[in-house]
Amino acid sequence: MTTAQKFNIDTVEHAAGTPDVELPWAELGLKQNEFEEILKLLNRRPTAAELAMYSVMWSEHCSYKSSKVHLRQFGEKLTDEMKKDMMVGIGENAGVTDLGDGWAVTFKVESHNHPSFVEPYQGAATGIGGIVRDIISMGARPVAVMDPLRFGAIDHPDTARLVHGIVSGIGGYGNSLGLPNIGGEVVFDPIYQANPLVNALAVGVLRHEDLRLANASGVGNRVVLFGARTGGDGIGGASVLASESFDDTKPSKRPAVQVGDPFAEKVLIECCLELFKHSLVEGIQDLGAAGISCATSELASNGEGGMRVELTNVLLRDPTLTPGEILMSESQERMMAVVTPEHVAEFEKVMEKWNVEFSWLGEVTDSGRLVITWDGETIVDVDPRTVAHEGPVYNRPFKRPEWLDGVQADTFRTSAAGKALPESGDELKAAVLELMASPNMCDKSWVTKQYDHYVGGNTALASPDDAGVIRVDEETGLGVAISTDANGRYAYLDPYTGAQLALAESYRNVATSGAVPMAVTDCLNFGSPEDPEVMWQFAEAVRGLADACQTLGIPVTGGNVSLYNQTGTTAIHPTPVVGVLGKFDDVARRTPSGWQQNADGQAIYLLGTTRDELDGSEFANLRGHLGGLPPKLDLEAEKTLGAILINASRDGMIDSAHDLSEGGLAAALSEMVLRFGVGARVALDDLCARDGVDAFTALFSESQARAVVAVPRSEEVRFNDMAAARQFPVVRLGVVDVLATSLEVQGLFDLPIAELREAHEGTLPKYFG
Amino acid sequence: MSETPLIADLGAPENAPLSDAKIGVVTFPGTLDDRDAARAVRLAGATPVPLWHADTDPAALRGVDAVVIPGGFSYGDYLRAGAIARFAPLMAKIVDAANSIDKLPVLGICNGFQILTEAHLLPGSMVKNDHLKFICRDQTLRVENNHTAWTNEYREGQEITIVLKNQDGQYVADEKTLDALEAEGRVAFRYVGWNPNGSRRGIAGITNTAGNVVGLMPHPEHAVEPGFGPLDANGTYSTDGLGFFASVLSTLVGESK
Repeated sequence: MTTAQKFNIDTVEHAAGTPDVELPWAELGLKQNEFEEILKLLNRRPTAAELAMYSVMWSEHCSYKSSKVHLRQFGEKLTDEMKKDMMVGIGENAGVTDLGDGWAVTFKVESHNHPSFVEPYQGAATGIGGIVRDIISMGARPVAVMDPLRFGAIDHPDTARLVHGIVSGIGGYGNSLGLPNIGGEVVFDPIYQANPLVNALAVGVLRHEDLRLANASGVGNRVVLFGARTGGDGIGGASVLASESFDDTKPSKRPAVQVGDPFAEKVLIECCLELFKHSLVEGIQDLGAAGISCATSELASNGEGGMRVELTNVLLRDPTLTPGEILMSESQERMMAVVTPEHVAEFEKVMEKWNVEFSWLGEVTDSGRLVITWDGETIVDVDPRTVAHEGPVYNRPFKRPEWLDGVQADTFRTSAAGKALPESGDELKAAVLELMASPNMCDKSWVTKQYDHYVGGNTALASPDDAGVIRVDEETGLGVAISTDANGRYAYLDPYTGAQLALAESYRNVATSGAVPMAVTDCLNFGSPEDPEVMWQFAEAVRGLADACQTLGIPVTGGNVSLYNQTGTTAIHPTPVVGVLGKFDDVARRTPSGWQQNADGQAIYLLGTTRDELDGSEFANLRGHLGGLPPKLDLEAEKTLGAILINASRDGMIDSAHDLSEGGLAAALSEMVLRFGVGARVALDDLCARDGVDAFTALFSESQARAVVAVPRSEEVRFNDMAAARQFPVVRLGVVDVLATSLEVQGLFDLPIAELREAHEGTLPKYFG
Repeated sequence: MSETPLIADLGAPENAPLSDAKIGVVTFPGTLDDRDAARAVRLAGATPVPLWHADTDPAALRGVDAVVIPGGFSYGDYLRAGAIARFAPLMAKIVDAANSIDKLPVLGICNGFQILTEAHLLPGSMVKNDHLKFICRDQTLRVENNHTAWTNEYREGQEITIVLKNQDGQYVADEKTLDALEAEGRVAFRYVGWNPNGSRRGIAGITNTAGNVVGLMPHPEHAVEPGFGPLDANGTYSTDGLGFFASVLSTLVGESK
């Protein structure tokens, strides 16, 4: 670096001497009050590099400034029972839960919504990359990914662009990492038209002793950056892209999207695991949103508070980058670690083995300051806590939308859409076919076939089963189940209950697979927090989720908030995506979601009570109606149902089970038939008589806390006794019939499996090829 | 569900010390299925030995009796699948050993198959699937040649279900090569029911003239444990992939007799 080149660098000294220089704080996404706060903190104007750091770290995406005051409830409502197995909670890269036998599991779901709309392939790909690095940062080996996706109308011209780009991006990146993709969701709704939701979940496993945290401790320890080189991609990704609503009047934000290199990430995974195995790092942090700004300030803030970094040591893809750009770049596949001087040589050996580039940037100090130099001259001198953890906090105004009363009063039954409902056998059969072919209920294998769900050899269940199940320990069969769920329509009708219903469904899915629910992660996708009505939806959803977690006794261990999912004044439906993780002592006991070939004659039972609950349902959605109140939530019933399903699985009382959710009993029976192509004969009379509903309601109501199970003949008495002992309603619907080639609902219709399959599997190929 | 015996067909260990059979599993940067391949070797009763692509030691093959080159995206499939991996120091040793009088058995799975064609141990090449998408599915194959080191435990014409998963799985070769492969019985496996990637003549896997080198796109190592692999046409879990590893052990045991 020559003196001439250095001439333009805005040093701390220069900043102190030039207080009146105009700074582009507004373009970087800072508000006036925030900029004034920075002036006060530094007691001078910030340098260009400092301004870059504060702008990204104080962005909504990184600082949670609008959501923090609400998210606190997840901590405040923790009980001792919930803390029992929680090793690391909210605040670290991902939460960690104790699985026993010295094993732990870490998981988290995150959003990559805005980048995926702007640049679908890279946006979705780097969404997987980012969440996987969070998992590695905890010292864990990533073992699976899942991706809940929401798109606009299936027939909208832009939807195909997003579906093709996002699905191939997730596959292209995830498949190259050797991580099985074991589930997720695909939902279509016009409300997500210009705001698709691309959430990515990753799960990793570790031995207790391998747990690593993101802190820089030990004065004199060295700070190293390794992985891919730093380039000009993703600059402003967190601040100007993810923390603002889309608006036609602004220039393209495409350069703010990062570009992924899955091969580099795969090598980085193996390289990090080798570092952990030999205990070569003291602290580690992935580089995601806000890049080096985030990694240095968080490591320093979590540790002993001081760090010195020489920024010209950063290896660059583009040598023309300014210090501010280097600090803001969100180039992918990078990690930062803290290494003791005696481990430096061994660390370098591991890097060389995996051909990973690295550069030593600086060291941990006890100054309490994060000092960044550029060729020896100080360009950043800040208290790292003010950057990373003590940013602005907003208690934004919120108010219940005035329109909500009207929406809630407009029930399906009283609406025009709720007239002339199917009644005869033929009408009901046609309605089942229509439901199962509809965009939200149709077969999703067009998507899931593009993902490798076998790699690793530990996948015990994957989509379309209720939960993805992964074996952790090959000796004992110890494993985990994970499900992600959300229903934006329910949350729109009532955000408090809607968020709880998402948790209830995810909990139920995990229990249906036979696992004991243990922990929760959430990705809270909402519109702009600057709109008081959206803020109310957010506040209600968080309060609901925290309350329901307390009742179910499982903690939120981590997650992510994605705001500004709106274009102009139209916000998405509030969409709290909830992931629940459960534990198996032995995954061999997992329960698949369909009737199996050897299940002939097994009895089919419905657990739970069916009420007239069609508001917000898939059937109402098919008729273009959204109004009324979501189905009633009963967490005690969910707990009892979960306990029955888990015990029945463990004691071999059931051979298959499927939870009832969107599409109700009609969808569950259809999916159970289609899973392994095994038919069944059922009758609805007992159910209708007991619950006082008609056949249509029995088939399409979305009452909660229900599941269908298949019970071997020899277990029927024991199964009924167990349900009776827990005073849980159960009704026998019929039998599994291996020779049947149809789903027969006696007295109503006989639906051939081939016809059902054709309708179910034809939809996505029709739209996407 | 019926539990398929995992190793019962392989003969009792006391008669043939199978665990003494060492089968190397190669790892390149970007290899994904190396742990799966090692598990399959172990379940078949042999001992997996990790081999490292960059090993320049004269004994880099660690005295193994056979080698599996597993699937994945070596070097990110950059340039062309397998094109960079084939220049790894270890590959030169594998090629020499496969062509030597000892005829080291070599199995290339998916990316391993692509590497074997790039290394000219097998003819032809793979291009992008004709439908242009990655595909992961349970795939039925027909065993066309049961005289190779890796297929001798199957019956000729036997239909097996293993996992198919790839982006560049369309097998191509010129007509003359294809005719020669057919004439010499070197088509080892063909897709049954549906050609999932547009491969010429439905070819899923081939062998060299000596029968010690076999490459295929689908993944036998993912069909070795009931409950953790594909479903066959009857909807039951398939462990058909074990036959590959049982076959090579039979080959090795046969040689040592």
